[in-house]
Amino acid sequence: MYDLAIIGAGVIGSALAYTLSAYDLRILLIEKENDVAMGASRANTALIHAGFDPLSESLMGQLNVEGMRRCYELCRELDVEHRNTGAMVLAFSKEEEETLEVLFQRGLANGCRGLEIISGQAAREKEPHLSGEVFAALWAPEAGVINPWEFTLAMAEVAVRNGAELRLNTEVTGLAREGTVWRIETGGEDRGIRARFLVNAAGVESDRIHNMAAPPAFQILPTRGQYYLLDRTVGPLVHSILFNTPTRAGKGVTVSPTIHDNFLIGPDSEIICDRTDTGVTRSALDEIARLARRIIPSLDVRASIRNFAGVRANSCHNDFFIDMAAEGFLDLAAIKSPGLTAAPAIARLARDLLEEAGLSMTKKEKWTGGRKVVRFKEIPEAERETFIRDHPLYGRVICRCEAITEGEIVAAMQREIPPVSVDRMKRRAGTGMGRCQGGFCGPRVLEIMARETGRDPLEIEEDGRGSYILTGRTKE
Amino acid sequence: MAMNPDYELVVIGGGPAGLGAAAAAYDAGLRRILLVERDLEAGGILNQCIHNGFGLHIFKEELTGPEYAGRIIDEIRERGIACLFDTMVLSLEDLGGVKRIGLMSMTEGYRHVTAATVVLAMGCRERTRGAIQTPGTRPSGILTAGTAQRYVNMEGYQVGRRVIILGSGDIGLIMARRMTLEGARVLACVEIMPYPGGLSRNIVQCLEDFGIPLLLSHTISRIEGRRRVEAVTVQKVGEDRRPIPGTEEVFEVDTVLLSVGLIPENELSRAAGIKMDPLTGGPYVFENLETSIPGIFACGNVLHVHDLVDHVTKESRRAGKAAAERVLGEKAGGDAPVIPLLPGPGMGYVLPQKIRKEDFEDSIRVFFRVREPRMTPGRILVRDGEKVILSARRPYMLPGEMDYVDLKPEILSAVTGDHLTLAVES
Repeated sequence: MYDLAIIGAGVIGSALAYTLSAYDLRILLIEKENDVAMGASRANTALIHAGFDPLSESLMGQLNVEGMRRCYELCRELDVEHRNTGAMVLAFSKEEEETLEVLFQRGLANGCRGLEIISGQAAREKEPHLSGEVFAALWAPEAGVINPWEFTLAMAEVAVRNGAELRLNTEVTGLAREGTVWRIETGGEDRGIRARFLVNAAGVESDRIHNMAAPPAFQILPTRGQYYLLDRTVGPLVHSILFNTPTRAGKGVTVSPTIHDNFLIGPDSEIICDRTDTGVTRSALDEIARLARRIIPSLDVRASIRNFAGVRANSCHNDFFIDMAAEGFLDLAAIKSPGLTAAPAIARLARDLLEEAGLSMTKKEKWTGGRKVVRFKEIPEAERETFIRDHPLYGRVICRCEAITEGEIVAAMQREIPPVSVDRMKRRAGTGMGRCQGGFCGPRVLEIMARETGRDPLEIEEDGRGSYILTGRTKE
Repeated sequence: MAMNPDYELVVIGGGPAGLGAAAAAYDAGLRRILLVERDLEAGGILNQCIHNGFGLHIFKEELTGPEYAGRIIDEIRERGIACLFDTMVLSLEDLGGVKRIGLMSMTEGYRHVTAATVVLAMGCRERTRGAIQTPGTRPSGILTAGTAQRYVNMEGYQVGRRVIILGSGDIGLIMARRMTLEGARVLACVEIMPYPGGLSRNIVQCLEDFGIPLLLSHTISRIEGRRRVEAVTVQKVGEDRRPIPGTEEVFEVDTVLLSVGLIPENELSRAAGIKMDPLTGGPYVFENLETSIPGIFACGNVLHVHDLVDHVTKESRRAGKAAAERVLGEKAGGDAPVIPLLPGPGMGYVLPQKIRKEDFEDSIRVFFRVREPRMTPGRILVRDGEKVILSARRPYMLPGEMDYVDLKPEILSAVTGDHLTLAVES
């Protein structure tokens, strides 16, 4: 019997598990995929939003700035890759400039600091490749970029270290209230998992989970967004995050640097029927490239390393849905942008709501926070010699494009939540993230993973369950 | 520069290019040579090319890739040239004469060495799906042909049962045959251009002999599958290389092998500040294969993508000899006037891109690839201004096959204009 079960190990479920792991509670985190951060938390624009965009009266507006500040703190505490780049909203016309003023005022109301409306000329001084047609810009210095899966993973790791239980490959198929307890059916042989409190953090599936526990209250409109990832060889294209001014015709696209110094452009926005459809389409990619060239005319998508898509959990209410929807049942649902940024604040709010609903919060006597990751690239040149002498595995580069060493791969396997597939390793060590997309390092990563775990290489998968790489031995 | 460097020559890369350069530099008189290889052994990509067809030009016999590698590795051993394996070069800097190279390995840790000259021989990598932006989902079962080749030939694993190949580069063609021999069914090889990318002999020996259709002017317009590839949609393309609606055909496959081009691996070269040619993807070089930084030379696939390893060996020997000449002060280089060699109409690229006008002793071999195939006889013209100074007949021309013309000293000495142009006769 658990005090609390959280359904969904994305950024929201992990942030809550992290927050509550400080209390004397038996916590279970349930995830249907083979790792944390497998939904929208893994495929998004990877931004720390400053907080000028959401309406002040919305939950998004109330939680964004708090989340943003806490996000930076957590990144430092948990050694999560991030960079405070600042962001600009670009106006291409007088009419769009008026919208900047609206965003500026809204940002002030939401608690943003340092907002400024600057001229097109001043914007081009910050971003030399920016279009000559940019008329004015809203500068938001607090925005930044983040490694979203590392952020999620880091919080989940600390939660697990402090006693939270993570159950992967477990899909919730039904919920039933038995007295004062929830029974979670997972389609397995067992008679279900029992917990006193349930939290729905199921992302794009959160309406389905809600409907298992309470009368329908909202509907998820799965919204697919596609992206280009461009190689850093295109040069220092942009230093900060560039947004179009939102208009009635749409939000435009974002051009931003990534924490690995590559560039991300996208997303578009398309409501789809199949919530699992993260495919990319020619027409959407062409349109994204066209919109991005409006911002940076010299942008060349031939430097593309990868295209991908994520499905966001938009809802018909156009806001987060956070509510004690039934006795002992809390929805943290319909979390879309700026959900990644707001996650720590959502977790704080959830903590308060759960306490109010009767979950007793007693701080643990012993809680071990913090996290440290060795990244070879970040070791100062003067220290490398000594470091490799003491840790020889960091002297062997496996991923050439991103200079990731065997030491980093092996270390990732020794953490609280070890990776089970080649892509899971990519999200941790960064192998295969660069321009060759694992062409060179893929076979070696697979070999190291097999060696370290004693698993048959044939069993090691590319990504999620069933994504096998090898089909057999030759000459059998 | 007063500083005495650790080595006369450091060769970066122990594939065929690096091996050839190191041996030739030794034969030209250098003794303090270091070859650095990131893999556990020398030979580079040859080690996974277990098919034959290598060495006809250099060794006058047909060898397999590992056999060819064995021969040129022996040349290094016989000369006692120092090699570091399992060692990555992380940085290359020009300190105004002496080069400083940052090395890292498990056994020797992180350190720097200095050298009077450097030969770049890092090879190339394969273009990926991201580079060609194929629509659809991202399941497992999409591999570059070279990665598949490594799994099958080096690690002993099969990577698929029902296979389609996108692109008709040589590795893709070789893998069509290899996968078939390992029991997989290869349904088709799909090429977006109206002509194949690889060598004609590979089209015949790897596709036609096995009854594998080559679909020219086609592309994969969509990949499907949630976990593993389940199907792909193949479409005919128009002259704009865009899929033509209504020509969709679905192939049920579990594997897509990509053979859609090779990219020279020049991250180190770029970081060192070497000037690059966007047409080759490699450094601009002079006739002696010296890059824009004096004392740094390049050869093999890091310079331009070759069709045959024999050509790599020949080129690398020239680079090694040139490095030795630089160290031993036999060629002044530097101040001579430079004649640029430019690609004219119909030409994909030319190499070298610059010729120093000095006392020409030997012919200069100019490599090129034409931009489009031509199945009728035609001529390659070298012009000095308007004047044709060399005309070479070809029975046909294919972009997949690297070609060359030799410019003789008497032709070069007579050049009066400020540049030369190489073009296909229109």
